[in-house]
Amino acid sequence: MTGINWFKYAAPQTFFHLSGKWIPVLGWIAFFLAIAGLYIGFFIAPTDFQQGEAYRIIFIHVPAAWMSMVIYLAMAFWAAIGLVFNTRLSAMMALALAPTGALFTALALITGSFWGKPTWGTWWVWDARLTSELILLFLYVGFIALHASIDNPQRADRAAAIIAIVGALNVPIIYFSVQWWNTLHQGASINVASAPKMAVTMLIGMLVMTLASWAYSVAVALFRVRCIILERERHAAWVNDLKEVKS
Amino acid sequence: MKLRYKRLGLILGAVALVAVAIGLVLNAFQSNIVFFYTPTQIVNGEVPKETSFRIGGMVLEGSLKRQDDGLTVQFAVTDTVNVVPVTYTGILPDLFKEGKGVVAQGALDSQGRFVASNVLAKHDENYMPPEAAEALKRAKVTQSPAVQPDGSNS
Amino acid sequence: MQWNSFADFLSMGGYAVYVWSSFGLTILALIWEVAALRLRKSKAIKQIKQADAWAKRRVER
Repeated sequence: MTGINWFKYAAPQTFFHLSGKWIPVLGWIAFFLAIAGLYIGFFIAPTDFQQGEAYRIIFIHVPAAWMSMVIYLAMAFWAAIGLVFNTRLSAMMALALAPTGALFTALALITGSFWGKPTWGTWWVWDARLTSELILLFLYVGFIALHASIDNPQRADRAAAIIAIVGALNVPIIYFSVQWWNTLHQGASINVASAPKMAVTMLIGMLVMTLASWAYSVAVALFRVRCIILERERHAAWVNDLKEVKS
Repeated sequence: MKLRYKRLGLILGAVALVAVAIGLVLNAFQSNIVFFYTPTQIVNGEVPKETSFRIGGMVLEGSLKRQDDGLTVQFAVTDTVNVVPVTYTGILPDLFKEGKGVVAQGALDSQGRFVASNVLAKHDENYMPPEAAEALKRAKVTQSPAVQPDGSNS
Repeated sequence: MQWNSFADFLSMGGYAVYVWSSFGLTILALIWEVAALRLRKSKAIKQIKQADAWAKRRVER
């Protein structure tokens, strides 16, 4: 192996110091992007020809729904890495992503409900898209609950990793549900194969909000990893030498 | 003792959640994965008899009629191939319009009419300002229909 | 800009309840998550400090 020793960054101690520098940066990026995204979404993006102003829920519903899927895949990825390489930090990353992913899933479901009532005429329907997204929430909650039910952290990591990995199958089901089955939920407005089916300013607003959600999610997940490190490694000498502990 | 009960509760909770998830998946695969049937499927008799199901399609232009009581409406649902008449008594969603998507829950009566107990609007994935939609509509009427909204050829 | 007045903006074309509750709930949820995390960190540090002080006292004795 030449170049950087990546495993150096996998040590909780190195990671703790490095992530501490990145969290405020990411936090401020998320904050300013969200302000910009909300400004575009409410003041620059025009009203919609079908849905009027109700469509503006898209500026949080779609980023939240995307994050719910992306975070799950990231969680499954870190869980799998932890299971295979037995690296301490990977499993902590998976555990740190779960609550944020669950939160975004719940927000996607609730904001979707607030959008469905005025447009479709119902809060909820059991169509393939909505049902698979609800299953995603159960997978997140199941992951967290199973981890919490096992006292030994290493064993908990391993058991929960299985849920994370198996549940990852649900993510493509959510994404393609609107193509594979008849659903009340409309198809994707944005995909690789065709031009976006949205006015440009609406699209920009949505993308800026999505970037804000990415920055927020990474910042919050890093923060939570640091908490988990502090809790798990509280007997380690380097933890006692931290300036947060000394002061 | 207390800790053991807590752990037992958490494990039971996790098991219950996974069971509910699997149940939902199976349920969805059985009947709900087909959220609605198209008019062609109904005309071909591919729909459940005697039980209620959902019909989905577009509201045929010019088919919407309101009864005198102001609540009962009649319209036709089409998938551009076949047409099924629908009657419904109740409040329609805001987005219900002729030429737009609709999903209705109900059952067929003896004359092949669909009696709906619930009507939902199904909107598409296009978002644009009203002026652009208006311009697009005019362009479609006057110009060749082969040109797509984004300017490319279909 | 498409709003004639501030009241017009607030009414969201009649969809105020749905739009504002969606955005409000999201903002509250995110603030709650950040606050909960800060509390969790300070709790963890407090615990480490306590254990540290306890260990030192034992050494001094």
